[in-house]
Amino acid sequence: MTEELVPVFIMGKRYDVPSSLTIMKAMEYAGYQLVRGVGCRGGFCGACATVYRLQGDDTLYFGLACQTVVQPNMYLTQIPFFPAQRAEYDISTLQPRPERLFSLYPELLRCLGCGTCTKACPQELDVKGYMAAAMRGDIARVADLSFDCIMCGLCAARCPVGEAQYNIAILCRRLYGRYLAPRSQHLEDRLAEIRAGQFNQALEELKSLSLDELKARYKARQIEPE
Amino acid sequence: MARIRLSGERIRGELVRKIEELSGQNLLACNQCGKCSAGCPAAAVMDLLPNQVIRYAQFGLEEVLAANSIWVCAACQTCYARCPHGVDLPRVMEALRVIALEQQGDRLRPQELDPQKVAELPQLAVVGGFRKFTMMGG
Amino acid sequence: MAIPYYPGCTLSTRGRGYDASGRAVAKALGLELQELQDWNCCGATFPLSMDNLLAMAGPARVLAGARAQGERVATLCAICYNVLKRTNHFLQGDAEKRERINHFIEAQYAGDLRVQHFLEVLRDELGFQALRQRVEEAREATGRSLEGLKVAPYYGCLLLRPQKELQLDDAEDPHILEDLLQALGCQPVDFSHRVECCGSYLLVTSAELAADMSFGVLQSAARSAADLLVTACPLCQYNLDYRQAEMARQHPGFQPLPVLYFTQLMGLALGLDATDWGWELHHVDPRPVLTEHGYGQVFGVRRSEFGGGPQRTPNSEP
Repeated sequence: MTEELVPVFIMGKRYDVPSSLTIMKAMEYAGYQLVRGVGCRGGFCGACATVYRLQGDDTLYFGLACQTVVQPNMYLTQIPFFPAQRAEYDISTLQPRPERLFSLYPELLRCLGCGTCTKACPQELDVKGYMAAAMRGDIARVADLSFDCIMCGLCAARCPVGEAQYNIAILCRRLYGRYLAPRSQHLEDRLAEIRAGQFNQALEELKSLSLDELKARYKARQIEPE
Repeated sequence: MARIRLSGERIRGELVRKIEELSGQNLLACNQCGKCSAGCPAAAVMDLLPNQVIRYAQFGLEEVLAANSIWVCAACQTCYARCPHGVDLPRVMEALRVIALEQQGDRLRPQELDPQKVAELPQLAVVGGFRKFTMMGG
Repeated sequence: MAIPYYPGCTLSTRGRGYDASGRAVAKALGLELQELQDWNCCGATFPLSMDNLLAMAGPARVLAGARAQGERVATLCAICYNVLKRTNHFLQGDAEKRERINHFIEAQYAGDLRVQHFLEVLRDELGFQALRQRVEEAREATGRSLEGLKVAPYYGCLLLRPQKELQLDDAEDPHILEDLLQALGCQPVDFSHRVECCGSYLLVTSAELAADMSFGVLQSAARSAADLLVTACPLCQYNLDYRQAEMARQHPGFQPLPVLYFTQLMGLALGLDATDWGWELHHVDPRPVLTEHGYGQVFGVRRSEFGGGPQRTPNSEP
């Protein structure tokens, strides 16, 4: 059975592609060989940011090419990279203090709070919310609100004052991880156990297994329920 | 002082129209009483006193855009509070800043700020600076 | 009574002491300041150009968010107060532009929120007479009072102007701070520069000019023999306070003047625990003048932890 073909417009040129394809597969179907603008194909790496419009609709839509299914009369282009300010720092010498955000990213204080970034985020993050938290120096809040950021750069692409939201966010997540997150006691305990040699015997046993035995063990391993 | 040439063309010209549109003020409501200049806390360092700024604006003189007056006005609203004709001079100053920024570009660039200073300053000062001295903020 | 409260960005950093003392004072007076959920920067300046709707998106969103949580919002920061109240006034008066902004920020704000400064709440809801009563009670309990302390009530610009929109007090001859200070038992002094500008954000682009403007304010207060100065604005506090060491070097005979938030002084008068009110962020040490009134020990920081500014009376402390 042949699948229904729908018209899509990639960078202005029309292609008829199967209606069930994602934008990324549709581009490949249309003959594009993707080198940039493609990565994990699983919605995590942020390489395939795409903007599109639908005929007769004034909204500008945003999505990841690997996750978004084509629609008839979709006008699209990829924005695999968008240049943004990136401060240089050594996380081990920074202090997790508001002043550090302002001195590394003074343009943070240009944010208008207009929310254009939030509308553009394919991860549906509250980008303006974490920028607001950054402006008051609340690093932990930025880390929390931006946790699912995949650094695709669409927020920066849309910002009227040229913010580098995603770079500010990752600075906060780094500061949070390094200095602010509560230390996990069970991790510390387990590390101590490993150092004390508690798992040496089990490891030795695994190392002595044949490849087939290892494969069988791997298939039978316990997996945490999703 | 250089000679200033006035013309009806300028008085009805593009600059006057733009200032009035951006400020929402009728420039001719000012009768040059000078109370704005008398009370302005930054008047001492201005190239053109506040009442001169509005005079230049009334006549559509481009020179007003080169005066430092529009950049040392802190929008403190003293002039507006005292104007007998209710002219909102802070809005005229803002209109001139917007026009000047369009012509001359931003006057405050994040990368040119001293990082030590930014770390020390209250956010309000920097946010306010960006709003007044760069485009988009206005 | 819980009052929805918008702190503003600077009150979590440089103005931390204003926030902490304001909350403590409010709580002691049965007016708890309850921080809004999820707020953003107000923009720190009200956009004065008629076509600049984009700059109003931020404050408009604050108002819409506050309206969803209640019928009013109070601020401590005079700048936030000015921007939020003026934006509110604009949105109330222009239905067409209000709808455009609503559409952009994806809200349905009708302009029906009350924006208040905490001073208004004290004056109009608690009443300065009742405050005076509470101060008297604290005096009896602690044995300390601010009686006789000469305080310069500094308004600056944005708490008062433009009067037509803010309507907090008379823009040229206000008295709300004087009335408050009297309720605290202090002696407000009259000084010429109480409604003059401190230099505001010119600090960033014309630091010398801003310092001159602040110097004028301090000189004026000094001529009136003030022991200290109070403000309702974290930018005024910074401008007036941070350069006094340099002013003392440049101007022989300059007497440093401590610059406090009015809420800090209120808290002392009410006998509250002032330990964590951001004293380390003040450059000029207020303790020498407050020690005379028995408040020297309540600050919780050592001299060396003050911001490094000059002391009003040299050698008053080892």
